Amino acid sequence: MSAAWTRVSAVAAKDLTAERRAKANIVAVTSLGALTLLVFGFAIGPDVATLRTAAAGILWLSVLFSGVLVFHRSYQIELDGGALETLLLYPGERWEIFAGKLLANLCVVLLVEAIVIPVALVLYHVTVPDTWPSLLAVIVLGTLGFVTLGTFYAAMASRTRSKEVLLPLLLFPMLVPVLLAATEGSAALLSGDPMGDAGAWLRLLVVFDVIFLLAALFVFEHIIEA
Amino acid sequence: MTARAPTVATITASQRWRVLGIIAPLVLIGAQTFGFMTSPPDRDMGDLQKIMYVHVPAAWNAFIAYFIVFVASLRYLFTKDERHDLLAASAAEAGAVLTALTLMLGSIWGRPTWGVWWTWDARLTSTAVLLMIFVGYLALRAFTDDPDRRARWSAAVGIFGALNVPIVYMSVRWWRTLHQVQSSPSTVDPAYAWGLRLNAIAVLLLLSYFIARRYQIALMERRLEHWRDEVALTPGGEPVHA
Amino acid sequence: MSVAASASSVVREPATQPAGSALSLVGITRRFGHKWALRGIELDVAFGDLIVIQGHNGGGKSTLLRVIATAVQPTGGSGRVLGKDLKRDATQIRAQSGLLGTSNGLYEDLSATENLLFAARMLGVRQPTPRVAEALRQVGLASDADERVRAFSSGMQRRLALARLLLQQPKLLLLDEPFNTLDADGTALVHDLMAGARERGGAVVVVLHDLARLGVAPSATYTMTMGRLS
Repeated sequence: MSAAWTRVSAVAAKDLTAERRAKANIVAVTSLGALTLLVFGFAIGPDVATLRTAAAGILWLSVLFSGVLVFHRSYQIELDGGALETLLLYPGERWEIFAGKLLANLCVVLLVEAIVIPVALVLYHVTVPDTWPSLLAVIVLGTLGFVTLGTFYAAMASRTRSKEVLLPLLLFPMLVPVLLAATEGSAALLSGDPMGDAGAWLRLLVVFDVIFLLAALFVFEHIIEA
Repeated sequence: MTARAPTVATITASQRWRVLGIIAPLVLIGAQTFGFMTSPPDRDMGDLQKIMYVHVPAAWNAFIAYFIVFVASLRYLFTKDERHDLLAASAAEAGAVLTALTLMLGSIWGRPTWGVWWTWDARLTSTAVLLMIFVGYLALRAFTDDPDRRARWSAAVGIFGALNVPIVYMSVRWWRTLHQVQSSPSTVDPAYAWGLRLNAIAVLLLLSYFIARRYQIALMERRLEHWRDEVALTPGGEPVHA
Repeated sequence: MSVAASASSVVREPATQPAGSALSLVGITRRFGHKWALRGIELDVAFGDLIVIQGHNGGGKSTLLRVIATAVQPTGGSGRVLGKDLKRDATQIRAQSGLLGTSNGLYEDLSATENLLFAARMLGVRQPTPRVAEALRQVGLASDADERVRAFSSGMQRRLALARLLLQQPKLLLLDEPFNTLDADGTALVHDLMAGARERGGAVVVVLHDLARLGVAPSATYTMTMGRLS
């Protein structure tokens, strides 16, 4: 088992190092996220009440659009130097490669969120509630579902002719439960969760994450090839 | 992993399906007539309610189609027999058509009833998401040229999409109950139940016919490709480029 | 040495395995879309052999190497590599064979050391840090160890890929145009790698245009045209 963990962490560390070296990329992705928030703000108008209601949804949309870029890049570094073939020839199982990339992408997207969320709080006049630990749980679990499916589908979409279209086309419908749970859960918690709804949404996120994480780990070996 | 080419026997089995192609529409006409004749106009909707006899069976059978996609995709991953992939693709096409039909009928039904072409009704919305999931499946197939890769990728996407169907429905329903006390058109008066069941069976027969026909076409296309490939493999045979 | 390519795509299991065969392929075919890259390959390589495959571009030589390495699954046919079944025991084959492809398989934003450390961890090499340093020294890249690969010349990148093979010490060495972009020192490195694999009781399969750079007489030479071996 520890041999597997060595490989998983090696892949994750390698991806993160490559990401760190190309700092311009994370900066660009984060800027895009912040920009989306701004532009949505223009589209909705300056009425504070409307902004506050829309905040959670717009925030997650911004994360979705920026995150897609992260997933593409994760495979681009393998394709650039012909490294994918070499990667697939190391001893070990394919799911280890998936797990490593998943971890790396998770770190990157969480980092982007760490910057974009405060921007959203400011732009949309949202105050941090007492229920913020639960809010954090919603954010992390929602991100995990997003990154799991994103890393999985990008393995295929990045290899096709129209990857910019195909990845969102495949990914976004699949993310509807995550989007609903994350936005409704966040919205409820931001207003103090008077109805106690957040618990149900959290449970949905957990179920979703478990199902698709397992499914992805099992099926990844069938979809990845040099 | 030699792909097993479809045999001639498989193709002549189409005789049976031809019979179904005649029976199914007849059953549908019969079931529709039954529905029209036996059910009284609805209190609220009047004769518009009759649209349910296509809308609801279409929705139910779309689920059946996606279940076929799920099972066929799983079987492909386990056996690598391309026939399962072709069956999954045929079922996905038929399912997508039925889903689009469900959506359109739901929209048409909604216009006179609520005055709008679209409501964010739980089931209508879920159906729209479902349609997009399988449009994605078909798009992926269209963008992937190599048949082996296309089969494996489709199987993965088909399995994931089918897994998500119940989750999507659940989450959208919760979402709607939070925001609106919904008067759902689904409360089925027992007077309609038999009409719905008969029509559901009729649409099921039609669905089976369409999937079988589509599958046979796909098998024949693959058979043709295999023949071409075998020619290309013989010594002196020229490589055939598609 | 087995010759005439089989035209049939029928799957045949080899009836008897020659004792101590490093590599044995029967009826291997591979299709990409509608184009057949391999059309019924038969090949036997004994332990200690050095096999050369020549041929024009597009003949399928690279695809054949990749099938042996298990990077690519054959569409049809069967084979045994180092005694393991090509399809069922692919992971075990990978542990003992090393492929040097036409591209070097490097991450350009990482340094030479980082690339090799990654490879070492994936290969399960014990004490990766000193082994990596030693490998870099052997290929003459010790002074550029912390430079990003992006800044390397193609010859240096090739040598880094060779260093990865040095780390692995594979039993079956598969080389695709190994001498490309290499100078005399680099060529000597490849010779050492090949000799090392054979001394360990393994075998070497090389795809090559120019026999002259091989430096030693091969056990057998094949030519590959349009997916067939002769």
